Amino acid sequence: MSKYYLNYLDELESEAIFVLREVWAQFENPVILFSGGKDSILITHLAKKAFHPAKIPFPLMHVDTGHNFPETIQFRDDIIKELGVKLIVGSVQESIDDGRVAEEKGKNATRNALQITTLLDAIETHKTDCAIGGGRRDEEKARAKERFFSHRDDFGQWDPKNQRPELWNLFNGKHFEGEHFRAFPISNWTEMDVWNYIKRENIAIPSLYFAHEREVVWRQNTWIPNSEFLVLEEDEEVVTKKIRFRTLGDITITGGDESEADTLEKIATEVAGMRNTERGNRSDDKRSESAMEDRKRQGYF
Amino acid sequence: MLDNNQLLRFTTAGSVDDGKSTLIGRLLYDSKSIFEDQLAAITKTSKKKGHEGVDLALFTDGLRDEREQGITIDVAYRYFTTPKRKFIIADTPGHIQYTRNMVTGASTANVATILIDARKGVVEQTKRHAFIASLLQIPHIIVCINKMDLVDYSEEVYNKIVTQFEDVASKMLVTDVRFIPMSALNGDNVVNKLDNMPWYQGAPMLHTLETMHISSDINKVDARFPVQTVLRPQNDTHRDYRGYAGRVASGIFRVGDAITVMPSGFNSIIKSIDVLDKDLKEAYAPMSVSITLEDDIDISRGDMIVRSNNKPTATQDIEVMLCWLNNKPAKPRAKYAIQHTSNLQQAMIKDVIYKIDINTLGRNTEDKELNMNDIAKLKIRTTKPLMVDAYRENRSTGSIVLIDTTTNETVAAGMIV
Repeated sequence: MSKYYLNYLDELESEAIFVLREVWAQFENPVILFSGGKDSILITHLAKKAFHPAKIPFPLMHVDTGHNFPETIQFRDDIIKELGVKLIVGSVQESIDDGRVAEEKGKNATRNALQITTLLDAIETHKTDCAIGGGRRDEEKARAKERFFSHRDDFGQWDPKNQRPELWNLFNGKHFEGEHFRAFPISNWTEMDVWNYIKRENIAIPSLYFAHEREVVWRQNTWIPNSEFLVLEEDEEVVTKKIRFRTLGDITITGGDESEADTLEKIATEVAGMRNTERGNRSDDKRSESAMEDRKRQGYF
Repeated sequence: MLDNNQLLRFTTAGSVDDGKSTLIGRLLYDSKSIFEDQLAAITKTSKKKGHEGVDLALFTDGLRDEREQGITIDVAYRYFTTPKRKFIIADTPGHIQYTRNMVTGASTANVATILIDARKGVVEQTKRHAFIASLLQIPHIIVCINKMDLVDYSEEVYNKIVTQFEDVASKMLVTDVRFIPMSALNGDNVVNKLDNMPWYQGAPMLHTLETMHISSDINKVDARFPVQTVLRPQNDTHRDYRGYAGRVASGIFRVGDAITVMPSGFNSIIKSIDVLDKDLKEAYAPMSVSITLEDDIDISRGDMIVRSNNKPTATQDIEVMLCWLNNKPAKPRAKYAIQHTSNLQQAMIKDVIYKIDINTLGRNTEDKELNMNDIAKLKIRTTKPLMVDAYRENRSTGSIVLIDTTTNETVAAGMIV
């Protein structure tokens, strides 16, 4: 007997493909925001499905803070080659060198907030009218309010209290010159859905997600990787631990968890048992209760 | 999770006083969908606000203004999964000035949950929520009769409210209504059944959500395929491939089916249905696929592929039940862009037939001005034909939005009568 309903993963996939095709049909110059993290890799995989047998019809845009995991950059370059799509890089270092932004000062300084200017500059330079992101509503309370098609004014700002209503599958991407949209095809996915799907489809992801030995420092209740950008405090000690990362951001702010999960199967099982949220190890979100909302209003991912 | 686990979307409408946030908090908490760091954060906030214990309602606050004012302004989406299903909650505010948010949340829902305070019974707000659920044709309604702990878990009170609601619903187009007496605060009949209401023979809310039949919620009879875009790879391996990309809006398409392209009326046969490198024999709603045809015909975005023996109505004149979503009122005889599936046209409001008083559900044929949150029946004329079905038959091909071309904002949502 055949069945005539989709399971939840197939339904999420179908919805995401629908959104990606709407973006392509409604915008002139869309890009995929590609960080090298699992969510943007997933978006890229879904785009491959949405347009097969044609190539993914838009470039990948990477906002490069300069504080990368080397593995992420390697992964990015490999995927670009495999898909034969164009890569656009917006460099935070260049924004700093050009005096567009200034480095934060102090012990917990990061380049996280600096990305906003670089991203908006890249969007303007490349006349991007829609930037497709891997943001999910389950990630964070401000993201729970996002639309699939999310309007940004000509300053790149998000106005959460004045969003366009989004009903049924009718997405309105109309905009004036200089404004742009962010599109979130995997809005309705949870972290668990992402892992179950990556496992099912056997999607390649950076080795950082799998348990591996790494030099780390215990800071802000998490294992921060040792890197050339890390300034050690007197009481801090570099140790080697078997860890894996649940999310990938800048190497300076992404904490790892001790783990033995070195296969997709084991990761999915581990995530299912997790008692903390995925972004709990991201110090960029911990700064205040509305840290994400404030950054998003300014134009953050 | 099992391969056949489905996705169920439900809405909650209500104000803070109904215990809506507490109910959602309880569902998430008792189904172990809340993480420890989230719990730690709201425990801290509860203490700061001087609440006794953990205020589960705090889970649902999103934006800073909402936290400060203790209200829900916009639709917020929440997620949880049980071994049986994945759930998406569209959490919407309940007051009349947020009708548009309720309509938005309701547009994709399988189930509407309506909260009633057992002490108050059916009130105006209850009628409004039931009306919106029926207007948006949400297939199932769960009426949560909450705060039973405050009426001594009285079966009599429960029965009285059930009767009140039945009376209200008898005037509306609703099919599947279930009633659950509960105390969200104490967690009674939300996820678990406690001993307080032995007279209630039914299941708790979560079990009901996990087991209700939803695979018939989408129309599987009328095959409709709005074309989103055309895939023409023009590479060596797929030189002649011309695929029509879209999501099956309703019904089932099979390879070999005789189809008609609307509005042009050209006929052909389905040659293949595929997703990535998977060749399929059939595709049903809501699958996203690419379809190729035996004949080379001119098809573009906005066209609709349908089975030749079952066509929608091609028309430039539609009647809709419309909810006005924008703070700029509708201009009589003004022009708007109209979006129907992937088809974008120009439209003009020809006439407001009547407005509905959302509290009394009475019709008003005198007042023709449409303001934000108003619901009315109108006549609309479009510049080119739309391929429509009645919303009652088909939520996907029976729905439209209007866009104000001077602001680009989505100003109205309509259901084709």
